[in-house]
Amino acid sequence: MAVDKNMNILIVDDYKTMLRIIRNLLRQLGFVNIEEATDGSMALQMLRGGNFGLVISDWNMEPMTGLQLLREVRADAKLKGTPFIMVTAESKSENVIAAKEAGVSNYIVKPFNAETLQAKMVSVLGEF
Amino acid sequence: MAATIDRDLEQQLQALRQQGGDTVKVEDIGEVVRSLLSTLSGEMSAGDLKLYQELEALADYIHRAKDEIAQLRTDDLQSRYIASATDELDAIVGATENATNAILDAAEKIEEVSREADPALAAKLTEATTAIFEASNFQDITGQRITKVVKALKHIEERIEGLVSAFGPEIAAARAAEAKSAESGAKPTDEELLNGPQLPDAAHDQAAIDALFNNG
Repeated sequence: MAVDKNMNILIVDDYKTMLRIIRNLLRQLGFVNIEEATDGSMALQMLRGGNFGLVISDWNMEPMTGLQLLREVRADAKLKGTPFIMVTAESKSENVIAAKEAGVSNYIVKPFNAETLQAKMVSVLGEF
Repeated sequence: MAATIDRDLEQQLQALRQQGGDTVKVEDIGEVVRSLLSTLSGEMSAGDLKLYQELEALADYIHRAKDEIAQLRTDDLQSRYIASATDELDAIVGATENATNAILDAAEKIEEVSREADPALAAKLTEATTAIFEASNFQDITGQRITKVVKALKHIEERIEGLVSAFGPEIAAARAAEAKSAESGAKPTDEELLNGPQLPDAAHDQAAIDALFNNG
């Protein structure tokens, strides 16, 4: 099934410049409906109140981290199937394992490039 | 035990003083030492003596370390250098963030313009702006690394606070000595004049520099 480029994407990062970078890269890939949150709890509230086709989230945020957000999403009956990509500077094996165990759809290490972002989105959503 | 040793020793020293005043023969000193050792032998083992010596050496070492820590001017390290280092690092994060946002502003304007360009040119412009967005990633990583350094400095600062409270009187004495020296009004040395870039809040702008220069 073709990927709907009009779907809502939620990007989550406590660093606003990074939100801006990801938003611009997504826009270049043809995605236009992009919303932003600056921590896990804000993101969870937005996810529960909206209809999102993808979450792209940082890990290291306060008060709710990206991993906690992922666990909340996977534990929520309505949200548990939402594709979730972690974009983070945390690159230790134990981080990747913990994220996988929590049900992450894919994992991108910062700094990343547009090609990597596109490749991971394709692996999660399908070709677009 | 210590009181018994002190009493015996005191009696012997008193007898020596009565005999020879302040001038004591070497053999008499030997006798005092032998007498002292024989008094000790019943009460204190060689192991006890060794332990006592070790404790005494340890006490000397702690005393020297305490003096050296007081000389370090821990309050100065804390209030001037560490506080200044964290402010400088915060300023680096702020300045690079501003610069990154200015670069992103420019890249977004180029993207807008590219929509009006012919497809071939638009593709080239998009390729260039993508490279700019990708390269701007550095700011996030740099910020996180600097945050780690700031946390490490704060940890050191906490440890120094512990030292300051432990050695308060020594540090107060060192501070008083330095204040007295500063009051002498000596001109700053060349080294003291090299402070590097000032933090934004503390820096003079060009107008203030001109005013200082023209009034001087």
